[in-house]
Amino acid sequence: MHELSVAMGIVKIAEDETKRAEAERVTVIELEIGRLAGIEFESLDFVWPAAVKNTVLEHAEKKIEVKEGLAKCADCDEVFKIQQFYDSCPSCSSNLKVVIQGKELRVKALEVV
Amino acid sequence: MCGTCGCGSEENGVKILAPSIKNEVHHHANKEHHSHSHDHSLGHGHHHSHDYGHHQHDHDHHHKTVLEVERDILQHNEIMAARNRGYFDAKNIFALNLVSSPGSGKTSILECTLKDLKDKIPFYVIEGDQQTVNDANRIAALDVPVLQINTGKGCHLESDMVHDAVKKLNIANDSVLMIENVGNLVCPSMFNLGEHKRVVIVSTTEGDDKPIKYPDMFHTSDVCIINKIDLAPYLDTSIEELKKNALKVNPNLIFFEVSATKGTGMEQWYRWLEEHVELIAQKQ
Repeated sequence: MHELSVAMGIVKIAEDETKRAEAERVTVIELEIGRLAGIEFESLDFVWPAAVKNTVLEHAEKKIEVKEGLAKCADCDEVFKIQQFYDSCPSCSSNLKVVIQGKELRVKALEVV
Repeated sequence: MCGTCGCGSEENGVKILAPSIKNEVHHHANKEHHSHSHDHSLGHGHHHSHDYGHHQHDHDHHHKTVLEVERDILQHNEIMAARNRGYFDAKNIFALNLVSSPGSGKTSILECTLKDLKDKIPFYVIEGDQQTVNDANRIAALDVPVLQINTGKGCHLESDMVHDAVKKLNIANDSVLMIENVGNLVCPSMFNLGEHKRVVIVSTTEGDDKPIKYPDMFHTSDVCIINKIDLAPYLDTSIEELKKNALKVNPNLIFFEVSATKGTGMEQWYRWLEEHVELIAQKQ
Protein backbone atom coordinates (compact mmCIF):
# COMPACT_ATOMS: atom_id res chain seq x y z
CA MET A 1 0.00 0.00 0.00
CA HIS A 2 2.67 2.49 -1.02
CA GLU A 3 -0.11 4.68 -2.45
CA LEU A 4 -0.46 6.16 1.02
CA SER A 5 3.17 7.28 0.96
CA VAL A 6 2.51 8.75 -2.47
CA ALA A 7 -0.62 10.55 -1.24
CA MET A 8 1.34 11.97 1.68
CA GLY A 9 4.00 13.15 -0.76
CA ILE A 10 1.29 14.96 -2.72
CA VAL A 11 -0.04 16.56 0.48
CA LYS A 12 3.46 17.74 1.39
CA ILE A 13 3.93 19.40 -2.00
CA ALA A 14 0.48 21.01 -1.86
CA GLU A 15 1.07 22.33 1.67
CA ASP A 16 4.47 23.78 0.71
CA GLU A 17 3.25 25.43 -2.47
CA THR A 18 0.08 26.82 -0.91
CA LYS A 19 2.08 28.34 1.91
CA ARG A 20 4.60 29.81 -0.49
CA ALA A 21 1.80 31.37 -2.56
CA GLU A 22 0.28 32.73 0.67
CA ALA A 23 -2.99 31.07 -0.25
CA GLU A 24 -5.46 29.43 2.03
CA ARG A 25 -6.38 26.17 0.39
CA VAL A 26 -6.38 24.22 -2.84
CA THR A 27 -9.51 24.03 -4.98
CA VAL A 28 -8.16 21.86 -7.79
CA ILE A 29 -5.09 19.64 -7.93
CA GLU A 30 -3.84 18.29 -11.23
CA LEU A 31 -1.72 15.16 -11.13
CA GLU A 32 0.15 13.43 -13.91
CA ILE A 33 0.50 9.69 -13.37
CA GLY A 34 1.88 7.19 -15.84
CA ARG A 35 0.48 3.71 -16.32
CA LEU A 36 3.94 2.30 -15.52
CA ALA A 37 4.51 4.43 -12.41
CA GLY A 38 3.48 1.60 -10.11
CA ILE A 39 0.33 3.31 -8.87
CA GLU A 40 -2.94 1.48 -8.45
CA PHE A 41 -5.48 4.22 -9.14
CA GLU A 42 -8.14 2.56 -7.00
CA SER A 43 -5.76 2.36 -4.07
CA LEU A 44 -4.92 6.02 -4.43
CA ASP A 45 -8.61 6.91 -4.39
CA PHE A 46 -9.05 4.70 -1.35
CA VAL A 47 -6.35 6.37 0.76
CA TRP A 48 -7.03 9.90 -0.53
CA PRO A 49 -9.71 11.04 1.98
CA ALA A 50 -7.63 9.92 4.95
CA ALA A 51 -4.44 11.48 3.57
CA VAL A 52 -5.93 14.91 2.81
CA LYS A 53 -8.00 15.27 5.98
CA ASN A 54 -7.20 18.52 7.81
CA THR A 55 -4.84 19.68 5.06
CA VAL A 56 -5.10 22.31 2.31
CA LEU A 57 -6.25 19.52 0.00
CA GLU A 58 -9.25 18.45 2.07
CA HIS A 59 -11.85 19.97 -0.25
CA ALA A 60 -9.80 19.99 -3.43
CA GLU A 61 -10.95 18.36 -6.63
CA LYS A 62 -8.41 15.78 -7.80
CA LYS A 63 -7.80 15.58 -11.54
CA ILE A 64 -5.51 12.88 -12.88
CA GLU A 65 -3.99 12.97 -16.31
CA VAL A 66 -3.07 9.37 -17.10
CA LYS A 67 -0.02 8.99 -19.32
CA GLU A 68 0.05 5.85 -21.45
CA GLY A 69 3.21 3.79 -21.65
CA LEU A 70 5.46 4.48 -24.64
CA ALA A 71 8.79 2.87 -25.39
CA LYS A 72 11.47 3.20 -28.03
CA CYS A 73 13.08 0.01 -29.25
CA ALA A 74 16.84 0.01 -28.69
CA ASP A 75 17.38 -2.26 -31.70
CA CYS A 76 15.18 -0.80 -34.42
CA ASP A 77 14.13 2.61 -33.02
CA GLU A 78 10.43 1.83 -33.35
CA VAL A 79 8.30 3.83 -30.91
CA PHE A 80 5.44 1.73 -29.57
CA LYS A 81 2.79 1.61 -26.87
CA ILE A 82 3.42 -0.65 -23.90
CA GLN A 83 1.08 -1.86 -21.20
CA GLN A 84 3.81 -3.71 -19.32
CA PHE A 85 7.56 -3.49 -18.95
CA TYR A 86 7.85 -6.90 -20.65
CA ASP A 87 6.05 -5.92 -23.84
CA SER A 88 8.42 -6.45 -26.72
CA CYS A 89 8.87 -4.44 -29.89
CA PRO A 90 6.03 -5.17 -32.34
CA SER A 91 8.29 -4.84 -35.36
CA CYS A 92 11.47 -6.71 -34.33
CA SER A 93 10.41 -8.53 -31.09
CA SER A 94 13.36 -7.14 -29.12
CA ASN A 95 12.99 -6.64 -25.37
CA LEU A 96 15.65 -3.95 -25.28
CA LYS A 97 13.85 -0.67 -25.03
CA VAL A 98 13.80 2.69 -23.34
CA VAL A 99 10.57 3.71 -21.65
CA ILE A 100 9.95 7.25 -22.89
CA GLN A 101 6.56 7.85 -21.31
CA GLY A 102 4.41 6.28 -18.62
CA LYS A 103 6.57 6.56 -15.49
CA GLU A 104 5.38 10.07 -14.60
CA LEU A 105 4.37 10.69 -11.02
CA ARG A 106 4.04 14.41 -10.52
CA VAL A 107 1.95 17.26 -9.23
CA LYS A 108 1.37 19.35 -12.34
CA ALA A 109 -0.62 22.30 -11.09
CA LEU A 110 -2.62 23.59 -8.18
CA GLU A 111 -5.49 26.02 -8.22
CA VAL A 112 -5.46 27.85 -4.91
CA VAL A 113 -7.58 30.51 -3.23
CA MET B 1 -1.51 10.56 9.84
CA CYS B 2 1.82 9.10 8.94
CA GLY B 3 2.41 8.43 5.27
CA THR B 4 4.79 5.57 5.83
CA CYS B 5 2.63 3.31 7.85
CA GLY B 6 -0.79 4.87 8.01
CA CYS B 7 -0.64 5.08 11.76
CA GLY B 8 -2.43 7.85 13.56
CA SER B 9 0.00 7.96 16.44
CA GLU B 10 3.53 6.96 17.33
CA GLU B 11 2.38 3.52 18.42
CA ASN B 12 2.95 1.77 15.12
CA GLY B 13 5.50 4.17 13.79
CA VAL B 14 8.98 3.52 12.42
CA LYS B 15 11.54 2.39 14.95
CA ILE B 16 15.23 1.82 14.63
CA LEU B 17 16.36 -0.90 16.99
CA ALA B 18 19.57 -2.54 18.02
CA PRO B 19 19.56 -6.34 17.99
CA SER B 20 18.64 -7.84 21.34
CA ILE B 21 21.84 -9.90 21.11
CA LYS B 22 24.83 -7.76 22.05
CA ASN B 23 27.45 -6.96 19.47
CA GLU B 24 30.10 -4.34 18.97
CA VAL B 25 28.00 -1.81 17.14
CA HIS B 26 27.03 -0.14 20.41
CA HIS B 27 30.51 0.34 21.70
CA HIS B 28 31.58 3.05 19.35
CA ALA B 29 32.22 6.37 20.94
CA ASN B 30 29.11 8.25 20.18
CA LYS B 31 29.06 11.94 20.70
CA GLU B 32 25.47 11.72 21.65
CA HIS B 33 24.17 10.71 25.00
CA HIS B 34 23.28 7.08 24.55
CA SER B 35 25.74 4.59 25.86
CA HIS B 36 23.27 1.78 26.30
CA SER B 37 21.16 -0.17 23.88
CA HIS B 38 17.76 1.27 23.45
CA ASP B 39 14.81 1.34 21.15
CA HIS B 40 13.69 4.87 21.05
CA SER B 41 11.33 5.61 18.26
CA LEU B 42 12.38 8.11 15.72
CA GLY B 43 10.24 10.77 14.26
CA HIS B 44 9.05 9.93 10.81
CA GLY B 45 11.15 12.33 8.88
CA HIS B 46 8.12 13.49 7.00
CA HIS B 47 6.72 16.80 7.84
CA HIS B 48 3.25 16.49 9.16
CA SER B 49 2.11 19.87 8.28
CA HIS B 50 -0.71 21.91 9.59
CA ASP B 51 -1.15 25.05 11.62
CA TYR B 52 0.39 27.95 9.89
CA GLY B 53 -1.64 29.96 12.30
CA HIS B 54 -1.51 33.33 10.68
CA HIS B 55 -4.66 33.39 8.61
CA GLN B 56 -6.82 35.01 11.20
CA HIS B 57 -8.71 37.26 8.84
CA ASP B 58 -10.90 36.38 5.93
CA HIS B 59 -9.94 37.91 2.67
CA ASP B 60 -12.81 39.83 1.24
CA HIS B 61 -12.32 38.28 -2.15
CA HIS B 62 -11.21 34.83 -3.26
CA HIS B 63 -8.91 35.09 -6.22
CA LYS B 64 -8.24 31.78 -7.83
CA THR B 65 -4.61 31.38 -8.71
CA VAL B 66 -3.17 28.52 -10.72
CA LEU B 67 0.28 27.41 -9.61
CA GLU B 68 2.27 25.50 -12.22
CA VAL B 69 3.99 23.24 -9.76
CA GLU B 70 5.50 20.46 -11.91
CA ARG B 71 7.05 18.62 -8.98
CA ASP B 72 7.82 14.92 -8.69
CA ILE B 73 5.79 13.35 -5.93
CA LEU B 74 8.62 11.16 -4.71
CA GLN B 75 11.17 13.97 -4.77
CA HIS B 76 11.61 13.99 -0.99
CA ASN B 77 12.60 10.31 -1.13
CA GLU B 78 14.88 10.98 -4.11
CA ILE B 79 16.62 13.88 -2.36
CA MET B 80 17.27 11.84 0.76
CA ALA B 81 18.44 8.93 -1.41
CA ALA B 82 20.90 11.26 -3.13
CA ARG B 83 22.16 12.32 0.29
CA ASN B 84 22.69 8.70 1.27
CA ARG B 85 24.46 8.01 -2.01
CA GLY B 86 26.77 10.97 -1.51
CA TYR B 87 27.68 9.67 1.93
CA PHE B 88 28.33 6.16 0.57
CA ASP B 89 30.47 7.47 -2.27
CA ALA B 90 32.49 9.76 -0.01
CA LYS B 91 33.30 6.86 2.29
CA ASN B 92 33.80 4.21 -0.39
CA ILE B 93 30.87 2.21 0.90
CA PHE B 94 29.33 -0.22 -1.59
CA ALA B 95 25.61 -0.23 -0.77
CA LEU B 96 23.16 -2.93 -1.86
CA ASN B 97 19.40 -3.03 -1.51
CA LEU B 98 18.10 -6.60 -1.20
CA VAL B 99 14.47 -7.00 -2.21
CA SER B 100 12.14 -9.99 -2.54
CA SER B 101 8.86 -11.51 -1.40
CA PRO B 102 8.78 -12.64 2.23
CA GLY B 103 10.43 -16.01 2.66
CA SER B 104 12.52 -16.18 -0.49
CA GLY B 105 15.71 -16.31 1.53
CA LYS B 106 17.15 -12.79 1.75
CA THR B 107 18.37 -13.27 5.30
CA SER B 108 19.74 -16.76 4.58
CA ILE B 109 21.70 -15.48 1.58
CA LEU B 110 22.97 -12.65 3.71
CA GLU B 111 24.01 -14.98 6.54
CA CYS B 112 25.83 -17.28 4.17
CA THR B 113 27.57 -14.35 2.46
CA LEU B 114 28.64 -12.71 5.72
CA LYS B 115 29.90 -15.99 7.14
CA ASP B 116 32.10 -16.64 4.11
CA LEU B 117 33.32 -13.12 3.33
CA LYS B 118 33.37 -11.16 6.57
CA ASP B 119 37.07 -11.84 7.15
CA LYS B 120 37.88 -10.30 3.76
CA ILE B 121 35.34 -7.45 3.59
CA PRO B 122 33.94 -5.34 6.44
CA PHE B 123 30.14 -5.62 6.32
CA TYR B 124 27.37 -3.56 7.88
CA VAL B 125 23.71 -4.52 7.72
CA ILE B 126 20.40 -2.69 7.96
CA GLU B 127 17.43 -5.01 8.38
CA GLY B 128 13.91 -3.89 7.42
CA ASP B 129 10.85 -5.67 8.75
CA GLN B 130 7.45 -4.58 9.96
CA GLN B 131 8.06 -6.11 13.38
CA THR B 132 10.64 -7.96 15.51
CA VAL B 133 14.42 -7.83 15.74
CA ASN B 134 14.69 -11.51 14.69
CA ASP B 135 16.67 -10.81 11.53
CA ALA B 136 19.00 -8.37 13.29
CA ASN B 137 19.65 -11.06 15.88
CA ARG B 138 20.59 -13.56 13.16
CA ILE B 139 23.11 -11.07 11.75
CA ALA B 140 24.39 -9.99 15.18
CA ALA B 141 25.09 -13.65 15.95
CA LEU B 142 27.75 -13.46 13.21
CA ASP B 143 29.41 -10.47 14.90
CA VAL B 144 28.48 -8.13 12.08
CA PRO B 145 27.26 -4.62 13.04
CA VAL B 146 23.53 -4.43 12.36
CA LEU B 147 20.51 -2.24 13.03
CA GLN B 148 16.88 -3.18 12.61
CA ILE B 149 14.31 -0.81 11.17
CA ASN B 150 10.78 -1.75 12.13
CA THR B 151 8.38 -0.04 9.78
CA GLY B 152 5.27 -0.80 11.82
CA LYS B 153 2.51 -1.03 9.23
CA GLY B 154 4.84 0.26 6.51
CA CYS B 155 5.42 -2.00 3.54
CA HIS B 156 8.82 -0.71 2.39
CA LEU B 157 11.93 1.18 3.50
CA GLU B 158 12.27 4.84 2.53
CA SER B 159 15.50 6.73 2.12
CA ASP B 160 15.07 8.88 5.25
CA MET B 161 14.76 5.74 7.43
CA VAL B 162 18.00 4.44 5.92
CA HIS B 163 19.57 7.86 6.45
CA ASP B 164 18.74 7.74 10.17
CA ALA B 165 19.96 4.16 10.50
CA VAL B 166 23.19 4.89 8.60
CA LYS B 167 23.98 7.76 10.97
CA LYS B 168 23.63 5.44 13.97
CA LEU B 169 25.55 2.59 12.37
CA ASN B 170 28.77 4.61 12.11
CA ILE B 171 30.02 2.75 9.03
CA ALA B 172 33.78 2.54 8.44
CA ASN B 173 35.27 3.59 5.12
CA ASP B 174 35.82 0.93 2.42
CA SER B 175 33.07 -1.40 3.52
CA VAL B 176 29.87 -2.98 2.22
CA LEU B 177 26.41 -2.01 3.44
CA MET B 178 23.67 -4.58 2.93
CA ILE B 179 20.17 -3.16 3.27
CA GLU B 180 17.61 -5.92 3.54
CA ASN B 181 14.28 -4.40 2.58
CA VAL B 182 10.87 -5.39 3.91
CA GLY B 183 9.73 -8.64 2.26
CA ASN B 184 7.42 -7.31 -0.45
CA LEU B 185 7.75 -7.63 -4.20
CA VAL B 186 5.67 -4.53 -4.97
CA CYS B 187 6.15 -1.38 -2.90
CA PRO B 188 9.93 -1.24 -2.34
CA SER B 189 10.47 -0.95 -6.10
CA MET B 190 9.42 2.71 -6.08
CA PHE B 191 11.73 3.84 -3.32
CA ASN B 192 15.36 4.52 -4.12
CA LEU B 193 17.44 4.22 -0.95
CA GLY B 194 20.63 5.57 -2.49
CA GLU B 195 22.02 2.08 -3.12
CA HIS B 196 24.56 1.32 -5.84
CA LYS B 197 22.93 -1.93 -6.84
CA ARG B 198 19.50 -3.42 -6.29
CA VAL B 199 19.42 -7.18 -5.89
CA VAL B 200 16.11 -9.00 -6.34
CA ILE B 201 15.91 -12.48 -4.87
CA VAL B 202 13.39 -14.97 -6.15
CA SER B 203 13.15 -18.57 -5.03
CA THR B 204 12.17 -21.59 -7.11
CA THR B 205 9.21 -22.26 -4.80
CA GLU B 206 7.59 -19.03 -5.98
CA GLY B 207 7.06 -20.31 -9.51
CA ASP B 208 8.67 -19.15 -12.75
CA ASP B 209 6.26 -16.34 -13.62
CA LYS B 210 7.03 -14.01 -10.69
CA PRO B 211 9.01 -11.58 -12.89
CA ILE B 212 6.05 -10.91 -15.15
CA LYS B 213 3.53 -10.89 -12.30
CA TYR B 214 5.58 -8.29 -10.43
CA PRO B 215 7.48 -6.57 -13.23
CA ASP B 216 8.29 -3.28 -11.46
CA MET B 217 10.71 -4.89 -9.04
CA PHE B 218 12.55 -6.81 -11.75
CA HIS B 219 12.59 -3.74 -13.97
CA THR B 220 14.37 -1.65 -11.32
CA SER B 221 16.87 -4.31 -10.19
CA ASP B 222 20.43 -4.90 -11.41
CA VAL B 223 20.97 -8.42 -10.15
CA CYS B 224 18.62 -11.38 -9.76
CA ILE B 225 19.56 -14.17 -7.36
CA ILE B 226 17.53 -17.34 -7.88
CA ASN B 227 17.51 -19.12 -4.53
CA LYS B 228 16.52 -22.65 -3.43
CA ILE B 229 17.75 -24.25 -6.67
CA ASP B 230 18.19 -27.49 -4.70
CA LEU B 231 14.39 -27.71 -4.51
CA ALA B 232 13.82 -27.24 -8.25
CA PRO B 233 13.70 -31.00 -9.05
CA TYR B 234 10.68 -31.34 -6.75
CA LEU B 235 8.79 -28.40 -8.23
CA ASP B 236 7.13 -27.47 -11.49
CA THR B 237 9.34 -24.40 -11.71
CA SER B 238 11.65 -24.12 -14.69
CA ILE B 239 14.69 -21.99 -13.89
CA GLU B 240 15.21 -21.34 -17.61
CA GLU B 241 11.62 -20.10 -17.93
CA LEU B 242 12.06 -17.91 -14.86
CA LYS B 243 15.18 -16.31 -16.36
CA LYS B 244 13.46 -15.86 -19.71
CA ASN B 245 10.56 -14.06 -18.03
CA ALA B 246 12.92 -11.85 -16.01
CA LEU B 247 14.88 -10.91 -19.13
CA LYS B 248 11.67 -9.89 -20.89
CA VAL B 249 11.12 -7.34 -18.13
CA ASN B 250 14.76 -6.33 -17.83
CA PRO B 251 17.27 -7.54 -20.45
CA ASN B 252 20.17 -6.17 -18.37
CA LEU B 253 19.69 -8.44 -15.34
CA ILE B 254 22.64 -10.49 -14.12
CA PHE B 255 21.69 -13.90 -12.64
CA PHE B 256 23.10 -16.06 -9.91
CA GLU B 257 21.59 -19.46 -9.18
CA VAL B 258 22.16 -20.49 -5.60
CA SER B 259 21.01 -22.51 -2.65
CA ALA B 260 21.86 -20.45 0.41
CA THR B 261 21.18 -23.30 2.83
CA LYS B 262 23.40 -25.75 0.92
CA GLY B 263 25.96 -23.15 -0.13
CA THR B 264 25.56 -24.10 -3.82
CA GLY B 265 26.46 -21.48 -6.43
CA MET B 266 27.47 -18.85 -3.89
CA GLU B 267 31.02 -18.57 -5.29
CA GLN B 268 29.90 -16.71 -8.43
CA TRP B 269 27.86 -14.28 -6.36
CA TYR B 270 30.87 -13.69 -4.07
CA ARG B 271 33.08 -13.05 -7.07
CA TRP B 272 30.65 -10.44 -8.39
CA LEU B 273 30.51 -8.80 -4.97
CA GLU B 274 34.30 -8.71 -4.61
CA GLU B 275 34.72 -7.31 -8.11
CA HIS B 276 32.34 -4.46 -7.32
CA VAL B 277 34.01 -3.70 -4.00
CA GLU B 278 37.24 -3.51 -6.00
CA LEU B 279 35.65 -1.15 -8.56
CA ILE B 280 34.43 1.20 -5.85
CA ALA B 281 37.91 1.25 -4.32
CA GLN B 282 39.50 2.04 -7.70
CA LYS B 283 37.21 5.01 -8.28
CA GLN B 284 38.74 6.73 -5.30
